[in-house]
Amino acid sequence: MDKITFIVLTFFLAMPIHASTSEKILDNGMKIIVREDHRAPVVVSQIWYRIGSTYEHDGITGVSHALEHMMFKGTENLKPGEFSEIIAANGGSENAFTSRDYTAYFQRIAKDRLEICLKLEADRMRNVVFLKGEYKKEVAVVREERRWRVDNKPRSKLFEQFYATAFLTSPVRIPTIGWMDDLQQLEMKDAADWYKKWYAPNNATLVVVGDVNSEDVFSLAEKYFAGIEPSNIEPPKLRPEIEQNGERRLNLYGQTASPYLIMGFKTPVLKGFEGDVKDIYALDVLSGILDGGNSARVAKKMLRGDEIAVEAGTSYDPYDRLGGLFLFAGTPNEKVSPQTLEQAFIDEIKDLQDNPVTQQELERVKAQVIASKVFDRDSMFNMGMQIGMLDSVGLDWRLIDSYVDSINSINAADIQRVARKYFNKNKLTVATLWPEKEAQE
Amino acid sequence: MIVKNLLFIVVMMWAGQQAAFALDIQSWHTKNGVKVLFVESHDLPIVDVRFTFKAGSSRDGGLYGVSRLVNALLVEGSGNYNAEDIALAFESAGAEMGHDSLRDMAWTSLRSLSEPALLAKTTDMFARITALPSFPQDAIDRDRNAMLVSLANRKNEIAKVVEDTFFHQVYKDHAYAVGPHGTEKTLNAITRQDLLDFHGRFYVTGNAALAIVGDLTKQQARDYAERLTAHLKQGEAARPLAKSQTVKQAKTVRVPFKATQTHIRQGQPVLSRKDPDYFSLYVGNHILGGSGFSSRLMQEIRENRGLSYSVYSYFLPMESSGPFEMALQTKTQQAQEAARLLQELLTEFIANGPSEQELEHAKKNITGSFPLKLDSNSKIVDYLALIGFYDLPLDYLDNFNANILKVTAADIQDAFKRRVKPGQMIRVIVGESS
Repeated sequence: MDKITFIVLTFFLAMPIHASTSEKILDNGMKIIVREDHRAPVVVSQIWYRIGSTYEHDGITGVSHALEHMMFKGTENLKPGEFSEIIAANGGSENAFTSRDYTAYFQRIAKDRLEICLKLEADRMRNVVFLKGEYKKEVAVVREERRWRVDNKPRSKLFEQFYATAFLTSPVRIPTIGWMDDLQQLEMKDAADWYKKWYAPNNATLVVVGDVNSEDVFSLAEKYFAGIEPSNIEPPKLRPEIEQNGERRLNLYGQTASPYLIMGFKTPVLKGFEGDVKDIYALDVLSGILDGGNSARVAKKMLRGDEIAVEAGTSYDPYDRLGGLFLFAGTPNEKVSPQTLEQAFIDEIKDLQDNPVTQQELERVKAQVIASKVFDRDSMFNMGMQIGMLDSVGLDWRLIDSYVDSINSINAADIQRVARKYFNKNKLTVATLWPEKEAQE
Repeated sequence: MIVKNLLFIVVMMWAGQQAAFALDIQSWHTKNGVKVLFVESHDLPIVDVRFTFKAGSSRDGGLYGVSRLVNALLVEGSGNYNAEDIALAFESAGAEMGHDSLRDMAWTSLRSLSEPALLAKTTDMFARITALPSFPQDAIDRDRNAMLVSLANRKNEIAKVVEDTFFHQVYKDHAYAVGPHGTEKTLNAITRQDLLDFHGRFYVTGNAALAIVGDLTKQQARDYAERLTAHLKQGEAARPLAKSQTVKQAKTVRVPFKATQTHIRQGQPVLSRKDPDYFSLYVGNHILGGSGFSSRLMQEIRENRGLSYSVYSYFLPMESSGPFEMALQTKTQQAQEAARLLQELLTEFIANGPSEQELEHAKKNITGSFPLKLDSNSKIVDYLALIGFYDLPLDYLDNFNANILKVTAADIQDAFKRRVKPGQMIRVIVGESS
């Protein structure tokens, strides 16, 4: 990085997010986080429940997500679908999503309508009514969603089975949408019990981003949520992943023209990590060295260069709640086998273990990280997402501010060290999707 | 992460065709004649720019795929710079460069921090790659191969098979029939000279529009626009596309595909960008299948019967007549029932139009959500690019809500009756029942 770039980028570090974000915890344990952003007269409201597929167990997989669907199907005060009608009539858009570690409901709406959203969310935190007819239809919709999202997409299927192979005892192996057989046997009572167990103010965080005053939002939240009694939230029994001491392999045949390869090494995540947190950030920078753009190593050496792959990339998410994976994935060039692509990834790893990365590469990654943190602020929804995700896995949302400093502290030796420490073949899982016709040959 | 409803994305896409309020759009032409649209915004130290060209696949002229290949190769070399030099110029400054092409539009885009010293680092490279690609032969072969692999995979993805079959059947000989992905035969036939010719004809001053949003003064934006267009060759706007034929007779096309679901899509060509029925059809479709959970299709097919996760309809306004489409996916055993319902709901809507209550509800939703369309720089630059590209009036956004409020139930029924013909639609059914 030349001097000008460095000085300019450093300047942007002086714009912390915590300056415009504040937090309050109600007496019943519910957390409220408000980020003021006055660029447009709108607001994003997101309520995050700390519940998702990593809280589930075999036999009821997919229940968190099925329950999310039922949250739109009526309460003691609202008919099925009425929640959505009210939001729409107020010019809002809304939706919900379920992940491994959280379930969130959100509205995007004109700023003077925030109260409507909070009132409705407070209502469905406790008053959802489970109706047999509605449940039957909605679980059929969820099965259609699974067919559409996974069953007829071989790569999605591969990812699903890859996680179930890489993780044998940890609930990270459970697909968030649920296994089809579980969705067939899931009963309304399962969803209703799940609702009673997990939907409570002390298991929720409200994140509001937009053209609002934080004190006003706190008062509104107080008005609608403070009267809700907390529950006794009992976390599920710990199900740690057993130690992996050997490579695991999985093959899947499916309707595809090209093979597809996924490789994943067990890596730590920030949450619950007892070692030096530098390891986590070094892995993050390492991913940028390999795949942070068209000048990075994967594009330069594997897509161009030796033309091993037609698409390839890496990913690492430091913010999962439970064990993480550092992933390598790609489609081999048609003249190349998946084994050759795998070897090419292994060669890249070996290079990182044997040789320090260049200063130019490190500076490129750091410049990208700093700029992307500024770009992130353009989307109120994304800022809400970042805050909500961190909070939901039990991390402090102020990490958004210290992230750039943490990345900046990483040097070439750190990267070499984590490449040696974590890219251990005994911790590797490899999954390959093959065209069906090759199964018959 | 799973989103509750795919429709969210579809609605956004449709909303993305629309525009907004009280946005101060400044417009001028660069010295060499490129139209510029600019919105000044100093809240964040960011500058967004999008360069659009009438250089999508509708300009392929039978050499299907050439437009996408040209666009892909913009980042593969320019003058003495190779792909790595180009990428590094942007990435080392933290800038994000993008490019893609669809049926109408091809574009390059750049998001940078606004600090002049940083912005200066990427400006000339962005201008060069858009205007002066070198089309190295090894990159041509590589990107062609990547397109061929992607094309082969498309034929194995049910959603793509439905889409491609639908466009092929609806547009027959029209330039919209084959999408930007091209065909195997034509991709293999493209020469370097073809790429140079295509680029030389379409990536030119008279065929370009430039959208800029962000942390610049007007004078800075003027200078920036001059530098971004400095290398662009003089040239004329592309000729208007031929009007697409209407579908004369209803036809059902079945494609066998091994899957647990059947995908159904039906429609016909209807709407161009500057169509006088635009607002009536837009509001009408909002009620029929464009508004998420409150739309009739969603209510009847998902909420009341649990038949499909995603069901929707939309008009895709394009330069020539873009399609009206209705689509769903359902497990194969209930595909016939779903297809019948889709047709019934459309026929009923055309026959009787919306109720006053539905219309009022739709207007509240559309006009009330208007500020959401413009709440970030990236959304604003999307709209500016559309306005510039389709040559929409600069006050298009200012008048948007007023145009919505003018629409009556009778307008909707009349427009649907004249323009949407259930007896002249192509219906594509892909799945095992076929």
